[in-house]
Amino acid sequence: MDAMAEIKQVFFQECEEQLFELEAGLLTIERGDDDPETVNAVFRAVHSIKGGAGAFNLTDLVHFAHVFENTMDLVRVGKLVPTQPLIKLMLRAADILADLVRAARDDETSDPGPREAMAVELKAYTPGAAPAAVEAAKPVKAKVEEEFVFVPTKVDFADLDDLNLMPTLHFRILFQPSAELYAKGNETTILFRELSRLGSMSVTCDSSKLPALDAIEAEGAYFTWSVDLETSEDEEAVKAVFDFVEWDSALTIELIESAPAEEEPFVFQPTMVDADLLNSISDVPLEVPVEAAKPQLALVASKADKAAPSDDHAPADKKEAATATIRVDLERVDRLIDLVGELVINQAMLAERVAELGLARMSAVSIGLDELEQLTREIQDSVMAIRAQPVKSVFQRMPRLVREVALQTGKTVRLVTEGEGTEVDKTVIERLSDPLTHMIRNAIDHGLEKPEVRRAAGKPEEGLLKVAALHRSGRIVIEISDDGAGINRPRVRAIAVEKGLIAPEAKLSDEEIDNLIFLPGFSTAAVISDISGRGVGMDVVKRSIQALGGRISIVSRPGLGSTFTMSLPLTLAVLDGMVVSVAGQTLVIPLTAVVEILLPQATTVHNFGGNSRVMGVRNEFIPLIDVGQVLQYRSEDIDPKMGVALLVEAEGGVRNALLVDAIQGQRQVVIKSLEANYGHVPGIAAATILGDGRVALILDVDAVVVDSRAEFASSLPLAG
Amino acid sequence: MSKIVLTVDDSRTMRDMLRMALVAAGYTVVQAEDGVHGLEVLAGSNPDVIITDINMPRMDGFGFIQNVRGGEEKHRALPILVLSTESDDAKKQRARAAGATGWIVKPFDPVKLVDAVRRVAA
Repeated sequence: MDAMAEIKQVFFQECEEQLFELEAGLLTIERGDDDPETVNAVFRAVHSIKGGAGAFNLTDLVHFAHVFENTMDLVRVGKLVPTQPLIKLMLRAADILADLVRAARDDETSDPGPREAMAVELKAYTPGAAPAAVEAAKPVKAKVEEEFVFVPTKVDFADLDDLNLMPTLHFRILFQPSAELYAKGNETTILFRELSRLGSMSVTCDSSKLPALDAIEAEGAYFTWSVDLETSEDEEAVKAVFDFVEWDSALTIELIESAPAEEEPFVFQPTMVDADLLNSISDVPLEVPVEAAKPQLALVASKADKAAPSDDHAPADKKEAATATIRVDLERVDRLIDLVGELVINQAMLAERVAELGLARMSAVSIGLDELEQLTREIQDSVMAIRAQPVKSVFQRMPRLVREVALQTGKTVRLVTEGEGTEVDKTVIERLSDPLTHMIRNAIDHGLEKPEVRRAAGKPEEGLLKVAALHRSGRIVIEISDDGAGINRPRVRAIAVEKGLIAPEAKLSDEEIDNLIFLPGFSTAAVISDISGRGVGMDVVKRSIQALGGRISIVSRPGLGSTFTMSLPLTLAVLDGMVVSVAGQTLVIPLTAVVEILLPQATTVHNFGGNSRVMGVRNEFIPLIDVGQVLQYRSEDIDPKMGVALLVEAEGGVRNALLVDAIQGQRQVVIKSLEANYGHVPGIAAATILGDGRVALILDVDAVVVDSRAEFASSLPLAG
Repeated sequence: MSKIVLTVDDSRTMRDMLRMALVAAGYTVVQAEDGVHGLEVLAGSNPDVIITDINMPRMDGFGFIQNVRGGEEKHRALPILVLSTESDDAKKQRARAAGATGWIVKPFDPVKLVDAVRRVAA
């Protein structure tokens, strides 16, 4: 059933939204907000999930949501105070609910253990807690199975025959509707129409209670109806017709054996009304007099007039507008990005051809070309914006992670997130999740102290973990800061010495010591804990961030906490680059790495051991790396004075000067993966196609710096 | 002309399911997301039957029914069916007190839903 499958998709999408609402609401309540609407929203979220789950027979989900909902309902009606432990419990219940939703979505069966334990904890809050707890101690699953126990029933075939030939029953129904019945939108004629579907019937109306014409109230009810019905249905079916009205009418349904003929039992003088006639009446609008219709229309019109201007700020439409989205296959967007990339290249080629013709700057062709360039750039930006997504989707997972890690480590943590709306390319977001997760684990596990330690240090027992995202100079910056103990520098140093990562007598600045934690094979935890120590160290985090073209840095103050800052490009598809020439080749250097451009002078460049050189920049000596040699375009030294030096900042803020022959200009280039089309080339990050149609390689600055150091080291056998 | 049913429910899943069942039975469906929205949609349309959820943001089902019953004469006597998850009498009772015509228990069976609509639709 296709339509059903589609709705199911919608259901799971909606569940994600509801789960987010649920968590956000619970966190708001946790902060002490007692707005009843928040509690309602939280309740509704669980309620909606339960409702939808019921429609798709997701029994596990329905059962758990039901237990959860019951406890939450008590909070909603004020019978249960949302204490911190209760909110924490509910947050964990929300996590379990999320797991159940995801298991249902992926058609997996989840481990019933956690949710059964949670159900017991939740039920403990509901009244009659003792018996509920006892009952809940039984596994829920067993309970479900009980409900579906197949009970064999012996059926006599003679009975079955009887069922097939249902005897005709005669019912006499006395029905006296009240005015309320009509006020609630029920209608006698419709009821009788439904009744007539059950069999053949005759209706009599007792109008004896009808007052004189001037005493009639337009919305009063004065008739009593008597219906004789011959049907093969049972009494339940007859009752079901009156299901909605039994409270607003006097109703008796009587099974009589004999055929309805004599009217003796009735005291009033009946008027015979034909059932068919009743059906025809139902098509005539009974209540509304024709005169009344006109002023009503006018009223509607005036209301509509009033409604129209208010539409501009109608809050009802706001939600609709905010969620007015379409879902597009990512492949289509990527194809579009590729095409726009080609368009940019083509436009650049055209511009160069035109430039070769030597046309005047103000010629119509040149002006048209400028406009084309601007449009192309705008299209490119717009296409990139399609892929841009707020980091919210990653941040959303953090509260749960923090809760879990806090629980495992026995620490209390308050998570504050900022800048969830900061947008970044989808591919960046996808690859952001793992490093971020690991860093948050680390911050709680290693950064924050246990409550008692914090108390002793005069800090609040609850540790603060802040995750913030912001845009800074064309990059996205993510800061993870804690108010913990900061990096234990003596210990980090001791471990690094012990593991042979540094020489025992090495003199390191505080910053250098902090950066030791990024070295491969470094792990500070004495016991490799379950949380941070999953065989993944900070070195892996650093590598994966660098693979995204990002940087990571630490600022730590003893006793006050640490801040890890990640800076990443907004997109992985285009790059602002500096186009340079090296040994007759054209290379692109990512602009984000370039700090400064320097012209080497005979007085500033010094030879330094082997064939290494350093360059003096404002009282500092910086290694000068000849890009041409590192990439093996040439083996001979060139005269630095003939080239240009680019001061670049590589990983960890290490500065180096890259020597190139000349700078051609600055350009936004579309990144083409070398790995996907050819293979990995050391020192090269990717490739691009330039305006003249030639392929240019994009330099991997960090790799070039590391390579040159390796060469430097090997050229100095004494140092080994 | 097919009869018009106004469905008021904050859950997209529920709205979609109602639409599917009702359209299959030949009804025209107009939708609203909560009580306030429901009243706005009602002002601009002429439904034959209203189906409303109870738990909704901004204005819940009870409030919505009260507003319809106490509102414009044109719509005051419209049949209103309430969608409720539980079949418990307390909820029904409250919906009835607010002026509901009848109720549908969620999760609903499309046949029963259409049955209930037919039972109240003129």
